[in-house]
Amino acid sequence: MSELFRVEGLTKSFGGLAVSRNISLAMQEGDRIALIGPNGAGKTTFVNLVTGQLQPSAGQVVLNGEDVTRLGAVQRVRRGLVRTFQVTRLFSDMTPEEHVTLTVLQREGRATRILSRFHGNSEVAGEVETILSTLGLLEVARRRVREIAYGQQRLLEIGIALALRPKVLLLDEPAAGVPSSETPRIEHALERLPKTLAVLMIEHDMDLVFRFARRVAVLAAGEIIFQGLPSEVAANEKVREAYLGNYAHARSVA
Amino acid sequence: MQVAAQTPEIATSSSAGYRWARDAVGVTLILAAGLAGYWLFPDNLALLTRVIAVALLVLSIDLVTGYGGVATLGQAALFGAGAYAAGIACVNGVTEPLTLILIGAVAGAVAGLFMGTIMLRAHGLAQLVLSIAIVQLFHEAANKASAYTGGSDGLAGLMVSPLFGAFEFDLWGRTAYLFGLALLIVVFASLRFIVSSPFGMLCRGIKEDPVRIRAMGAFVFPVLLKMFVISGAVAGIGGALAAISTQVVGLDSVSFELSANALVMLVLGGLGTLYGALVGTVIFMGFEHVVSAINPFHWMTMVGALLIGVVLAAPGGLSGLLDRMSGISRRRKEKRT
Repeated sequence: MSELFRVEGLTKSFGGLAVSRNISLAMQEGDRIALIGPNGAGKTTFVNLVTGQLQPSAGQVVLNGEDVTRLGAVQRVRRGLVRTFQVTRLFSDMTPEEHVTLTVLQREGRATRILSRFHGNSEVAGEVETILSTLGLLEVARRRVREIAYGQQRLLEIGIALALRPKVLLLDEPAAGVPSSETPRIEHALERLPKTLAVLMIEHDMDLVFRFARRVAVLAAGEIIFQGLPSEVAANEKVREAYLGNYAHARSVA
Repeated sequence: MQVAAQTPEIATSSSAGYRWARDAVGVTLILAAGLAGYWLFPDNLALLTRVIAVALLVLSIDLVTGYGGVATLGQAALFGAGAYAAGIACVNGVTEPLTLILIGAVAGAVAGLFMGTIMLRAHGLAQLVLSIAIVQLFHEAANKASAYTGGSDGLAGLMVSPLFGAFEFDLWGRTAYLFGLALLIVVFASLRFIVSSPFGMLCRGIKEDPVRIRAMGAFVFPVLLKMFVISGAVAGIGGALAAISTQVVGLDSVSFELSANALVMLVLGGLGTLYGALVGTVIFMGFEHVVSAINPFHWMTMVGALLIGVVLAAPGGLSGLLDRMSGISRRRKEKRT
């Protein structure tokens, strides 16, 4: 399988504090990687570096053979490098339908048009409906986002990302803050992501990680200390030390 | 499942139709209110024309503030650019009123491009301070360039030709008022169209969360700059209308005070609807007119009290209050069915 995406030696320091150290990672089409690590390990910083919200101090981000390290966030999105946010960033007064419509129009370069109407745009309505129905959001398509359940808002985050037709998708804790009764819906949505899409997911819920991921990378103190199969991660001494010790502890308390 | 998949399609068309119908009703109501003003207050047409000119200014602030999320205390710079451009053109022999309005719109748009380019470099408080600096700069420029603008004496003696060669701008201000009302209707309908476009929705998104908009792959700066240019054109039309109807252009048309008052009117009426801008202007200026006649010494106190009352009782402005009330009644109806 051909390589779709790669970061090499990605490093970021704020003053003297290195929050990402020499991170290297590659992804193929259809990849499903989970990035785990204790709180403060630099997972979200990693996503910010990859998507261009932050500029790295050193290292490279390569998408489809093109070095995108110097490109801004918008240019990377337009090339297919798309993310979701750990805390949902949605427009509280707009409906899910409006969010997805706006995104599809943007992807087609029609979102800055003045001389056409936004609502009742039949050309994109079909695609918007497909995305919303895939995620089970059709019945709330016309509700304002602030009136719908948080789990549905999380699904909409994924819907917006899908509407951009990404090649590489970075999911920053897609199930964070969702009550456990609703996590199956998120999981269902994750299972139905396009097969060719390369997905990197940050997640704390280990059950979800083990079901979703074909590979696991562990980040601790800004460094990748393990990359391999999910079945191997628990046995790794370094990982245990850095992460699973805490996790096992947290679990026994729960 | 079949049914569920089909409903949205139907709902899409009806909701688009509903929006269109709502705007048609809104514009008709504005026209009706404008004509009622014409019949009810024949002696106050000059004031009413002034209200329309200022309403255009307030609408222009609503575009950048209510839709783009950029607060400004310097919008009169754009209003003044339109007023002086039309005034100077008129003194120099371009006297056809529609041409003067067009000149005002272009001057306002150019000033908007300038203002947007500078203001959008900054954020938050710094942005607000820049807007004040720009209006002061325009004010000082108009003051110093007295050879063209008349300086502190103002630019007087505008002789505007009859509208369409037939309707003279009469002493009672009838032509000026009806001309202004027609302009307002055309501008308002165009703006409702613009804010309902994909561009308008994009602006609303930028106002709420520019980071999210960038993550959707859209640039923020060019979109807001475009909004500034449109906003400048609208403010410029307002300025040109003020120049044509009063036949003078004074330094007060590029003042910080006018900018601040206009922002207050917008907050009073409510942001981000365009209707609120009109409601706020009419109420503020009407209140000012009535109260200053009753008590010329303490009228500002009463205006202040009104503002405090509205901001505390209806944080979304008066139009927000209406919206909330209609929301409540709609929910009651839904419950009943």
